[in-house]
Amino acid sequence: MAEEIKAGCARPTGGPVGEKVDVKKETHEPIVKEVKAMVTVGQKAPDFAAPAYHKGKFISVKLSEFLGKWVVLCFYPGDFTFV
Amino acid sequence: MSVDSVFVHKMWNDHELSKMVKGGVPFPMLSDGGGKVGSVFGVYLEDAGVEARGRFIIDPDGVIQGFEVLTPPVGRNVSESIRQIQAFQHVRKSKGTEATPSGWRPGKMTLKPGPDLVGKVWEVWKTKMAFD
Repeated sequence: MAEEIKAGCARPTGGPVGEKVDVKKETHEPIVKEVKAMVTVGQKAPDFAAPAYHKGKFISVKLSEFLGKWVVLCFYPGDFTFV
Repeated sequence: MSVDSVFVHKMWNDHELSKMVKGGVPFPMLSDGGGKVGSVFGVYLEDAGVEARGRFIIDPDGVIQGFEVLTPPVGRNVSESIRQIQAFQHVRKSKGTEATPSGWRPGKMTLKPGPDLVGKVWEVWKTKMAFD
């Protein structure tokens, strides 16, 4: 029977369905990862274009369209969340 | 902005948020599928596939003046964000001649940075002013 779980996120368990998964030995190859720098205060914000829902319409919003105005850009984990 | 699609934004606004805010959300609800924009701003949480509660204040020149990032379970304080915007607007209007000390709100005294103020802040600004 399915057990009730805490809210979380989906993730692949690491193999095809019904097949045994070989546990990979840890390799010592260097992990090449892109270095992500956090944006910095006092620097220009990176521009972007994004689809948006605004007052009943689907629109496209570009950050640079708001030059000349104060902008508050808010990120949040997901729609229909509680906080 | 979240990783949800604009269709989910519409459902959330029309069926829930519009019951909290009359007329619904007054500003654009942006969609960032895959977290590409969130990654550039440093708020995309790769393991969970969602974005942290990041808030960026961007001035009329496109310069980021401040940001705050919280993990998902703790909500923000909107009044503090508004206070910061008011402070940044005040400082900008003064063309850098004024600075707002800790606890500043509109109407409270500002500081005029300069050689005369060095070592003298304690005379004009009291610790309790950070809290009143």
